[in-house]
Amino acid sequence: MPGDSLNVNLNNQSVSQNTYDAIVVGSGISGGWAAKELCEKGLKTLVLERGRNVEHIKDYAGTEKDPWDLPHHCNLTQQDKTESPIQSKCYAYDEVSKKFFVKDSEHPYNQVKRFDWIRGYQVGGRSLLWGRQSYRLSDIDFEANAKDGFGVDWPIRYKDIAPWYSYVEKFAGINGNKDGLPQLPDGEFLPPMEMNCLEKHVAAQMKSKFKDRVMIIGRSANHTARVGDRGPCQYRNKCHQGCPFGGYFSSNSATLPAAARTGNLTLRPNSIVLEVLYDKDRKRATGVRILDAETNKTQEYYAKVIFLNASTLGTSFILLHSVSDAFPNGLGNSSGQVGHNLMDHHYGVGANGIYEGFEDQYYYGRRPNGIYIPRFRNISKETKRSDYVRGFGYQGGASRGRPGNGDGIGVELKEHLTEPGVWRMGIGSWGEHLPYYENKVTLNHDKKDKFGLPTLDIDCEFKENEKAMRKDMMASAAEILEAAGLKKVKTYDSNPAPGFCIHEMGTARMGRDPKTSVLNKFNQMHDVKNVYITDGSCMTSSACQNPSLTYMALTARACDHAVNELKKGNL
Amino acid sequence: MNRRDAISRVALLLGGTVIGAEIFLNGCASPDKKVGASVDFTPDDIAFLDEVAETIIPQTDTPGAKAAKVGTFMTVMVKDCYDEKNQKIFLEGMGKVNDASKKKFDKGFMSITAEQRKELLTEIDKEMKDYQKNKKKEDGAHYFNQMKQLTLLGYFTSEEGATKALRYVAVPGRYDACIPYKKGDKAWAL
Repeated sequence: MPGDSLNVNLNNQSVSQNTYDAIVVGSGISGGWAAKELCEKGLKTLVLERGRNVEHIKDYAGTEKDPWDLPHHCNLTQQDKTESPIQSKCYAYDEVSKKFFVKDSEHPYNQVKRFDWIRGYQVGGRSLLWGRQSYRLSDIDFEANAKDGFGVDWPIRYKDIAPWYSYVEKFAGINGNKDGLPQLPDGEFLPPMEMNCLEKHVAAQMKSKFKDRVMIIGRSANHTARVGDRGPCQYRNKCHQGCPFGGYFSSNSATLPAAARTGNLTLRPNSIVLEVLYDKDRKRATGVRILDAETNKTQEYYAKVIFLNASTLGTSFILLHSVSDAFPNGLGNSSGQVGHNLMDHHYGVGANGIYEGFEDQYYYGRRPNGIYIPRFRNISKETKRSDYVRGFGYQGGASRGRPGNGDGIGVELKEHLTEPGVWRMGIGSWGEHLPYYENKVTLNHDKKDKFGLPTLDIDCEFKENEKAMRKDMMASAAEILEAAGLKKVKTYDSNPAPGFCIHEMGTARMGRDPKTSVLNKFNQMHDVKNVYITDGSCMTSSACQNPSLTYMALTARACDHAVNELKKGNL
Repeated sequence: MNRRDAISRVALLLGGTVIGAEIFLNGCASPDKKVGASVDFTPDDIAFLDEVAETIIPQTDTPGAKAAKVGTFMTVMVKDCYDEKNQKIFLEGMGKVNDASKKKFDKGFMSITAEQRKELLTEIDKEMKDYQKNKKKEDGAHYFNQMKQLTLLGYFTSEEGATKALRYVAVPGRYDACIPYKKGDKAWAL
């Protein structure tokens, strides 16, 4: 059980010392934005991060090292596997970046069905580790639930969020090309990266052979030109180890420093939020109670407005753990939806092949971005499918490895292995996950963690629509590569568990009706007007686009709303 | 390109799953498994592995595996990254190389010439290839598959291998999407 509260005597001085205008829970990709926006609008803002501090550049030890300077040349050890059997499976987990992942042995949870929960508990959260792909949602996505009946209607449409996408893209620094596609709206872009020759060839073949699909250069949060004092990207492709050049967007490189520059930011790491404090007479949250992860003591902080950005499952925990007379099922949970409707993208399915050509072509630099094939299914009457609803996109890229034939030993082998090999291309698909009420997280009070807190039971699966979609995701990938003249095209479906895509969302969804949703159209809790939630838990549907850019836009928009409401005296 | 590509590249080279692929790529080792912490290599072991590696990747106009200290790398990887089952195969394999040398040349591996070593390991490489092709999924790896994979991995991520036998730029600074390539130009290390 948590230790002694420091607030035994709630005298006025200690309350005022711990009172802020705003509290932000979580310093990851959405929390950093809340911090920046609230601070820049003049609010004294306390940011509570459960993990340790990580300062931009100063705390990226190892990123500057070459493979031979690392004990295992950047490979993983048995100890990594033992301590973190789940985290160590993540593509971004390596000998240097592993310090930005939790140790599974220290942060248990319960898999009712298989769920790979990938986490980074430190200042910046997973914004240090993320894949940086940044795409806007469109009205095809915002209207989807209303049209096919899965989930509840989004309470917003593209026109509500479009100016905020622009706003966050400009600060964050997103590269891309204006492609003019209704299903993937263009943004405010830094110069796009370039496709290499095989990618250009496949893109051209797609254009001539398919009237309904295109291959574009990916849009990513790497800075292809300088953004303020950040970047530009140096094409090392080691982003997840931390970038000493500030070459990509993270809380650490961008939003937290901006917040700090205002003089309004107080950042408190090692602060695990246990619950939101609620005043049932005023019908407002009054603050939060934290457990200090280092001293094991609890502490209360107070504010007029609270932003929960603890990540989807982190925020779910806080809401479910904030039990009171007014909210016996968790804060703001009169709908009973908190913890439900958990979604994650399903991915790990696609195709790859070789190309017999372009022997006289190569590239220089390690591009931290690939190609993207935007959704082409169920986006119009002509592309409607009978076997599933919603859609998927592809990411991928082409490269020349080194020869695949390692027969023999000696000089011939060595010479053979020092030449570039045949060109290869692979594309992998990311598919939408429908909101199902039964996919949920609940608190397990019988299994406590090392802090004495209940652990999460995670009960989530992909169902028939996702399985049917995957067949098409795989077959269409092969179709695209074969049409472009690739040979030895092989398909794959690695069937990852939910969670592994690291796009978990939906457990405190936005909606029009307080009976079936948790948040209104401004990300305010229907039930508690001074609590805003803008991390992945707010998502009403998952779309198939990488979601972080949408979290940023919703956050900036919600902060604008919150500050205006404060000024009007409504909070 | 990231470490996953480096590891899967080695797998492609050898036409099979990387040894302990679950270690290097996906990590599904049971948390109950004890690591073989008692594995210890002597300086003689390292010297032996240096020569095995050097035979696989010899010095040419660029350094070989011995100059890149691949023997030491192999011992670190076996100790820290192999599970007990694979450690056992590797350790027994070291003895098997020596036994094969004695059988063929009446001398241990360290006492035969470079040409004899190449002849011996070429034979073992063929034996390994046949074994890998015919083995069942649950059968253990062939020790020479382990030695060869570790050699290639260690060498091509060493400074000598990456910067001399291949090309490597730590901070490229830009991305040129399409540049000319002529035969004989070295491949990028990463």
